Amino acid sequence: MSFLRASSPHAHAANNTTKVMQTVLLATLPGLLALTVFFGPGSIINILLALIFCLAGEALVLRLRKRPLGFYLRDYSAAVTAVLLGLALPPYCPWWVVMVASVSAIIIAKQLYGGMGYNPFNPAMVGYVVVLISFPLQMSQWPSPASLLESLPSISASISQVFTGQGLDAYTSATALDIVKQNNSQLISQVYADSDLLRSGSLAGAGWEWVNLGFLMGGLYLLYKKVFTWHAPVAMLASLSLFALLGYDSGSSQSGGSLSLHLFSGATMLGAFFIITDPVSSAVSNKGRLIFGAAVGALVYLIRVLGNYPDAVAFAVLLMNFAAPFIDYYTVPRSYGHAKPRKATEKQEP
Amino acid sequence: MDISSLHPLVLALLVLGGLALVFGAILGFAAVRYKIEGNPIVDQIDNLLPQTQCGQCGHPGCRPYAEGIANGEEINKCPPGGQDTINSIADLLGVDAPELDAEHGTESELSTVAYIREDECIGCTKCIQACPMDAILGAAKQMHTVIADECTGCDLCVEPCPVDCIEMREVEVTMQNWKWQLPSPLAAVNSDIIASDRQTPQETKQEDTAA
Amino acid sequence: MSQLIYPLRGGVHPPENKQQSLQSPLRRLAIPGELVFPLAQHIGAPAKAVVEIGDRVLAGQMIAEPNGPFSAAIHASTSGTVSAIEARPIPHASGLWGDCIVVAADGKDESIDFVGCENPFKIDHESLIEKIRHAGIAGMGGAGFPSAVKLNPPPNNNIDTLIINGTECEPYITADDVLMQERSEDIIRGCTLLAHILNGPDRILIGVEDNKPKAIAALEQSLLKLAAEDLPGIDRVQVVSFPTKYPSGGEKQLIQILTGKEVPSGGLPAHIGIVVQNVGTTVAIWEAIKHGKPLIERITTVVGESLKEQGNAIVKLGSPSQFVLEQFGFQEKSCARLIAGGPMMGFSLPDSRAPIVKTSNCLLVPSHQEMPDPAPAQACIRCGHCAEACPAGLLPQQLYWYAQAKEHDRLLAHNLMDCIECGACSFVCPSSIPLVQYYRASKGEIRQAEIEKEKSDRSRQRFEFRQKRIERAEAEKEAKRLARKKAAEAAKAKAAANAGAAKTAPAADPVAAAMARVQAQQSDPAEQLAKLERAVNNARNRLNSAEEKWQQAEGDQKAKLESRFKQAQLRLQDAESKLHDFKQQSAGQNPAPSNPTSASPTTPLNIDSDDPIERAKAKAQQRLSMSPLEKAENNLSSLNDRLKKAQEKASEADDDKRAAMEAAVEKLKQKKTSLEKEIDELKAQAPLKENTATAETPVDPNSIDDPIERAKAKAMQRLNMSPAEKLQNSLQALQTRLAKAEEKAASADEDRRPAMQAAVEKLQEKIKTVEQEITEFKAQEEPAKPAESANESSGIPLDAASAAIEKAKAKAAAQAQMSDSEKHAAQVESLQQRIQKAQQRLDKATEEGNDNVDAFRLGLEKLQAKLKELESE
Repeated sequence: MSFLRASSPHAHAANNTTKVMQTVLLATLPGLLALTVFFGPGSIINILLALIFCLAGEALVLRLRKRPLGFYLRDYSAAVTAVLLGLALPPYCPWWVVMVASVSAIIIAKQLYGGMGYNPFNPAMVGYVVVLISFPLQMSQWPSPASLLESLPSISASISQVFTGQGLDAYTSATALDIVKQNNSQLISQVYADSDLLRSGSLAGAGWEWVNLGFLMGGLYLLYKKVFTWHAPVAMLASLSLFALLGYDSGSSQSGGSLSLHLFSGATMLGAFFIITDPVSSAVSNKGRLIFGAAVGALVYLIRVLGNYPDAVAFAVLLMNFAAPFIDYYTVPRSYGHAKPRKATEKQEP
Repeated sequence: MDISSLHPLVLALLVLGGLALVFGAILGFAAVRYKIEGNPIVDQIDNLLPQTQCGQCGHPGCRPYAEGIANGEEINKCPPGGQDTINSIADLLGVDAPELDAEHGTESELSTVAYIREDECIGCTKCIQACPMDAILGAAKQMHTVIADECTGCDLCVEPCPVDCIEMREVEVTMQNWKWQLPSPLAAVNSDIIASDRQTPQETKQEDTAA
Repeated sequence: MSQLIYPLRGGVHPPENKQQSLQSPLRRLAIPGELVFPLAQHIGAPAKAVVEIGDRVLAGQMIAEPNGPFSAAIHASTSGTVSAIEARPIPHASGLWGDCIVVAADGKDESIDFVGCENPFKIDHESLIEKIRHAGIAGMGGAGFPSAVKLNPPPNNNIDTLIINGTECEPYITADDVLMQERSEDIIRGCTLLAHILNGPDRILIGVEDNKPKAIAALEQSLLKLAAEDLPGIDRVQVVSFPTKYPSGGEKQLIQILTGKEVPSGGLPAHIGIVVQNVGTTVAIWEAIKHGKPLIERITTVVGESLKEQGNAIVKLGSPSQFVLEQFGFQEKSCARLIAGGPMMGFSLPDSRAPIVKTSNCLLVPSHQEMPDPAPAQACIRCGHCAEACPAGLLPQQLYWYAQAKEHDRLLAHNLMDCIECGACSFVCPSSIPLVQYYRASKGEIRQAEIEKEKSDRSRQRFEFRQKRIERAEAEKEAKRLARKKAAEAAKAKAAANAGAAKTAPAADPVAAAMARVQAQQSDPAEQLAKLERAVNNARNRLNSAEEKWQQAEGDQKAKLESRFKQAQLRLQDAESKLHDFKQQSAGQNPAPSNPTSASPTTPLNIDSDDPIERAKAKAQQRLSMSPLEKAENNLSSLNDRLKKAQEKASEADDDKRAAMEAAVEKLKQKKTSLEKEIDELKAQAPLKENTATAETPVDPNSIDDPIERAKAKAMQRLNMSPAEKLQNSLQALQTRLAKAEEKAASADEDRRPAMQAAVEKLQEKIKTVEQEITEFKAQEEPAKPAESANESSGIPLDAASAAIEKAKAKAAAQAQMSDSEKHAAQVESLQQRIQKAQQRLDKATEEGNDNVDAFRLGLEKLQAKLKELESE
């Protein structure tokens, strides 16, 4: 009898990419729960729509590329993209916004670059930015948290809002970041006192703080599961905090906003634990991830405070995706038996 | 005579002319002093060619072809070197790598060496004269044989043999030259992922019969 | 005093799976019926077999000796008979078969007497190294690096640390663990001995992972116990335990853990003053030196769910894996794969017949549940787990991209060659990418590219040299042409001046002289006559065949053939008329000169010349120009001389020498009688030969000044010799060698004498076979002689020719080794084959009307005649 011939190692750790993706999906649940509790079923509708469009788009391209559908759909990478996109888009946004975002994410940002593992940019963020730039009106309509409304939108009303643009009345309001951004004459304490949203929250406005705490929980779970290392998220949060502290300016009218506002509003935690930890489009080495995370944190703050857009995670991540190969280039570790790490420009003649 | 009193145009002409003379002299000296013997680009190209001297490119050897390339000939005429050689020459010359020109032959995956079926050899020495590598030993009316280590597999000796006793054999895999093969990159992509591809033929058969 | 531990970079924690094989005690396996000893069990040159098929061997007997310094000996592990030396499945990742010595065990397990030594610490370094080399010890941890080489570091490296590797970080394997528990004292003793060999390093560290508490305890106990004994350097021995992590047992990694130093890339541990030896190797070295026992068995872990019981066993090297597994209740059906070594670095074996060798620390036969088939590889998601796991600080995923793209320069720049193939990266890869296989394949490709580059450089050299040679040959031809012209002009001028003196005029330079000789040859009437007759024969043959074909052919073909037929007829007429003319002419002139000696201008010789070189030359020449008869007679007289001398010596020699001497005398006498017989035969043939004596004038090799030219001429001469002459020549050479060997044997020291005598005997055997051949050849020679015209072959490159002759000789020697009947049968067979082929060729040629038809036909007829002759024998 002839036995199977294979290269060593013959043993394999119990993890695999599919399981990693499933764990990530599981970890988004606390954040999704918070979104649903405070903003209604809009995010769930977003996620479902994004799932449909993303999986359909992935299947279409795989078919065109003559790749086995089952094998690739089962790796859950498209599902993760869809869920992250659904979480990032404003609830109750029109269905076609979700569609454009999904198609951009899967077909343009992922498959056109060669599919999973080959995309230089985070697909969910590409999809988000495409619609953010294309449809600024729809993308700026964030609903008010439930505490400011009489009741949460019903499912049927939500669905009709998504598909027909009617069904919900006056459900939107400015987000915490919007409010701080638009302020240029009042002290921060006055802004907080004037805004229902900010006044009713304890950290960064009603609802938002809980959503971010939810994502933080999910992120800690992923850290515990060793899905990624601590380097990128910690670096990002640390640099964002540093900038927030430096720019707080004791709450003057020119203040960039408080530390808690920056950490717990907008997409900070979603970005820190679910976006910049995407291994494909971020830096590889731990040192590189520290640099990557820190740079994202800095960019987030700068764009939030100095830029035109109220939130900035997507732009910051995409900008740093550009820089990731460059970071890798200069953060090559020193190999065993070598006095110095390899120089980035070195190319050995065989 | 005061130089500054000259007409500016004349002055300019003088200065420029003087400069031209000085630099011309320096360049002329450098050209003589640092003259490079031979044409290094030809050497570099020749280094990349596989040195089978097979003549499939239409030149009587690798060096003439290297000279040809240096003079602007196509770089895709070398089947023994294959795409790898074309790529590295393209790299060297900074041009796009074309596909191998099928007119000159096709690339073969396996390297071969000539083998003389010795009891058929009539000792005509024709192959000896054809071998560019002096890799065939023999004498008139004596059986000939190939020094396998020196044979480049150019197959130039096959044609002249009057009794067709030379054949090209694949180089045998030995413990010395065995190496691991790259895993097929398509193993995951092709098909319905084929765990069966990783089984031994017997196992697949068993499954077939079971099914 | 506790040893500092340094952290290991990267690494993984695979499930240890060490308990399974530790449940049952160490056992000793039975002796299998057949043992297989691969010649290549170690890194370096394969060993050289020193036994032959049919030899009886004993346990511990060396059956293959180290081939060069970077090699190790191989010993039989039990008594039995060598049944084959052939290719067998061997434990190698390629699954290829390799040369093995196969021993059929007789079950008695008799061994040679192991000669140990009382105090190995008193033996000097060189002898110890030599003992280790001859005990065949090679690294038993898995790599198989010859220990003698490792323990003999370059002299400029001062070894300050000796590390004994008892890490055994691979899952499943417990062979070293068991060894450390059972033989802890020998390990301690062994490492002090190693320290002695290495000139007493400052530290001797025994590194053990902390998952082997029993082994650590045993070692520490033994260390305390042996401290009382007078072992030099035992105070420097330390047992160091460190946290379990794969691959801390890698040589480089262990050095890093224990010393914090890193072996420089591409360097050896010795370069930073460290030598690492495995615990198994340490025990083997102790046994080899203290007890004189070579490496013939080892502890192997036999483990996996396909076995009824799992455990460790002392296995005789050479036992087939199948046999070993069966002792543990192997269920082949449930076995997923057969792995030699552990699950991380072991290689899969396609064939369970592969034997246990020096490096076999484990046989792993997992079930399908235990080790499922590798999952299909998914896309790399650049998660970076591999880079975290890599103990060498490489970027595995980067290497993976470059390996896929075959960017060799990038791979080298990313230090691919520092990869130790530990498998940690593949182990953690969530996408199940077989990273290690990519690296191995790329390393292989890079090495092959290097070899090919080297080969192409060599090819270029050869080609350029050939170009030059051809150019030179052309130039020489040109020069000759010019010289010929000149000579012809000169001759003409002289002829005009003095017609009578033209014939004897000595040419000015050797070339011209040669030309003149050639011309003389051409004008030799006998030669011309023969030539013409041959031409007539050829023409007639051609005519006949053309006629035949013409008769058979039809239509268009017929017309064509008819013209050819007519041509042939014309040619025949032409040839015949020429022949006729010539006959008439020569009838009018003097008959052809019949004295062959006068044709050679260089025969007069002066053997008594003062210059020894001249004398030797003259002698050689004389021998060359001698007829076989004269040669034989010469031999006889020299034999007589030698016989006399030998007898004298024998009478002078002491008693123990005398026997040998007398034997030599006996042999000489025998030879003498055979020679005498030969001479008689030759004499009987002599008259015949005298007539056919060569009319060609052999170019005398010694008269040519240029050494190359001389060599060429000599080769030519050899070429011109008949096979019988050749054989006689070789006989002569052999005899002189024999005489020399005998002399040497007589004068040699006591210890070298056996070897000398063996050599003498071998020579004598060879002589006998050559003599036999000569007689055989002579029988064949007579009818073949007239047809032979060896002179025609002069146009070919002579160096190649002599090489070919060497080959033919080798073949003849090979034939000589066959028994007579076998030889005969083989000859008949090959002749029949050749006849068949010749027939085919002839048919083909006739069909095509090829010019070579006659040559082919002649050859065929010759072959048939030979066959008949052989068959009648």
